[in-house]
Amino acid sequence: MQVKNLIEKENFKLITNDKDISKEIKGLYCCDLLSWVMSHAKAGDAWITVQTHMNIVAVASLLDISCIIIPESIEIDKETIDKANEENIPILSTNLNSYEIFCKMHELGLR
Amino acid sequence: MKIAIDFHIHTALSPCADEDMTPNNIINMCILKGLDAIAITDHNSVENCRACMELGENKGILVIPGMEVQTKEEVHLICLFEDINTALAFQKLIYGKLPKKENNPKFFGRQIIFNEKDEVIRENNMMLIASVDLSINEVFHEVYKLRGIIIPAHVDRSSYSLIGTLGFIPEKLSIKTLEVSKRCNINAFLGKYSIFRNYRFIQNSDAHHLWDILERESFIEVNKKDIKSIFDILR
Repeated sequence: MQVKNLIEKENFKLITNDKDISKEIKGLYCCDLLSWVMSHAKAGDAWITVQTHMNIVAVASLLDISCIIIPESIEIDKETIDKANEENIPILSTNLNSYEIFCKMHELGLR
Repeated sequence: MKIAIDFHIHTALSPCADEDMTPNNIINMCILKGLDAIAITDHNSVENCRACMELGENKGILVIPGMEVQTKEEVHLICLFEDINTALAFQKLIYGKLPKKENNPKFFGRQIIFNEKDEVIRENNMMLIASVDLSINEVFHEVYKLRGIIIPAHVDRSSYSLIGTLGFIPEKLSIKTLEVSKRCNINAFLGKYSIFRNYRFIQNSDAHHLWDILERESFIEVNKKDIKSIFDILR
């Protein structure tokens, strides 16, 4: 599944520019402690976090994360969005919570 | 001059601290331990600073008014101020950003405010243990506006710490000094995280009990024993 397959679904809104949305989503990881994510998430994961600090972009870029998903319509800092555009990391916003995102991705064929 | 410090001490206003963390007990314990300068840093409040400062002044120990803020990223920042009025101005902002929930003393502990005679003035009923609705960047902005300083708290720990939570230190924040906790071996820490070797490290107690307060074991070199000289070094 590619990042753009999610954007076509109504629950996921792309808030960065549309570069790099053809990235393949290979897995799903959910955690808000950035140091933990750095040592445990894998390349190609879509990463769910409630953190909106700019450092999430650095972590995603370090690990080659496919996209960041911000759940529950949490407001995202503008400088984080700017940084993500600079680093070509897609950020998706959704009204779903983490569990619902996992369910949705499973429905869409992520196994 | 070299002064012995402990810039992270909680009073009984912090719900998680002992109720005998009263202004007189703290100041007298610091005198027994031979400290030169301390900071009172309760969670999201400065309401016991004034009593401690008055006692400190009478007894020759420098007391810096401070607060341990919990940002919305759940990062703890030690914020120190030049004087009590600036600290109170900051507290006003913080109180407006706390969740509108009341403390439950049964779960979290009481939040006691004292005068300089250790008499209980009242209890604070706000949820001081919660995160304020301000980001790390916003707290830096507000504290710098008030000419205060910020020391990220216990960065060697994995919980409520700038490095633990955000992975590494945001470049844009002008941070020079980091706090490590009482039991941290700074050399071992830097051996593991050599990218932080250019920061100044200070060790504080994060005391919640009287016996936790540091001995003469953590020092900084200042021109004079006053808040301005200390800030010049840490800033």
